[in-house]
Amino acid sequence: MTKQAALFKYLLQLGDNSLIQGHRLSEWCSRGPILEEDLAITNMALDHIGRAQAFLKYAADIEGKGKTEDDLAYKRPERQFYNKLMTELPIGDFAYTMAKQLLISTFEYFQMLELCKSKDETIAGIAAKAVKEVRYHLSHAKDWCIRLGRGTNLSHDKLQNAFNDLWMYTGEFFEMGEEDALLMKEGIAIDLQLLKPKWEEMVQSILKEANIQIPGTDYFQIGSRNGIHTEHLGHILTEMQYLQRAYPDATW
Amino acid sequence: MVNTKLATKEEIFSMLSEICDPEIPVVTIQEMGMLRDVIIDEHMCEVVITPTYTGCPAMGIIEQDIIELLQKNGIQNVKVSLVYSPAWTTDWMTDGTKEKLRKYGIASPVHSSCMNWLKPNSISVSCPKCNSSHTKLISQFGSTACKALYQCEDCKEPFDYFKCH
Repeated sequence: MTKQAALFKYLLQLGDNSLIQGHRLSEWCSRGPILEEDLAITNMALDHIGRAQAFLKYAADIEGKGKTEDDLAYKRPERQFYNKLMTELPIGDFAYTMAKQLLISTFEYFQMLELCKSKDETIAGIAAKAVKEVRYHLSHAKDWCIRLGRGTNLSHDKLQNAFNDLWMYTGEFFEMGEEDALLMKEGIAIDLQLLKPKWEEMVQSILKEANIQIPGTDYFQIGSRNGIHTEHLGHILTEMQYLQRAYPDATW
Repeated sequence: MVNTKLATKEEIFSMLSEICDPEIPVVTIQEMGMLRDVIIDEHMCEVVITPTYTGCPAMGIIEQDIIELLQKNGIQNVKVSLVYSPAWTTDWMTDGTKEKLRKYGIASPVHSSCMNWLKPNSISVSCPKCNSSHTKLISQFGSTACKALYQCEDCKEPFDYFKCH
């Protein structure tokens, strides 16, 4: 694997995580349980899509085939997407979305904080911008998890069930591949294993405050690093890519 | 070849200082700290801007406004580029800009050093209408990505707070 190929894949992972997470959050538009949450979740969707645009634009530059960020978002097949499986899972109910957001935002907070130190200036610049936004996502998800977890029996159970279902997708957060090893030598990529204890500590302390038990899962689903996804990604792309596939290069 | 003799960097900066933030029309993109640089060479004029939030939908409009304004002033080859570093911060706003926001009905951001982001309601935000500090946070996410929604407990007016960033 060349450095260029490694960097391209690394940027696709960063971009795809944001893109798919942003797309899922945008599905809450007009469906929020209250108006304020409708605005909050769609604002977060916007932050994710903006970040995806920045990373995919840089990915397209690195690939050097004259593509744009839109080409990468709208014309890539499913098996070439590298987003984490958790991001593509359906939004479920509000508790499920908040549980997902807490797990992902806590990870992204430490990830972006570390990436600010990357020797690749473009990555470090985007990360410095992203970390400021992720802080708000994390504090929002934390507040809701505590509120739901300590709310009624029903809200508590919905949240506990959400964490039980989602936990097996968290192992993938810290998985590393050939591209990570290559880029870590250059000071570009970060060591995800070092993030794990920080992530665990913060998630555990928030779940404790929310009266939620850490699930005792011992099976962790992987696959996205090789482009192997759940059935859900195909459905997202069918909708997201429809227009560009039916009418290639259509513009507003 | 058309550009260089038409305007200096300072002149272009002064033209661009007219451009307002499309979502907060009382302040300019320069006052907001979004206008970062102007680079002129013999072929073109490049205007460098930075977004407040990465997904800010106003960036497309701002880009269009910059191109139109410069073209109206005879500068044809205009390129607008987006940079993310150094990351935009509300600390770049001057006191004058914050006062303009307040008069427009938006409470201005506290300095980032005063912010404990894990306890976002621990800061004191004054009502832009009656100046009371007796206010409450309704939602951390408001009408645009950069604002939160508050309500004054005294005059009961709901208002926007420009989030510390």
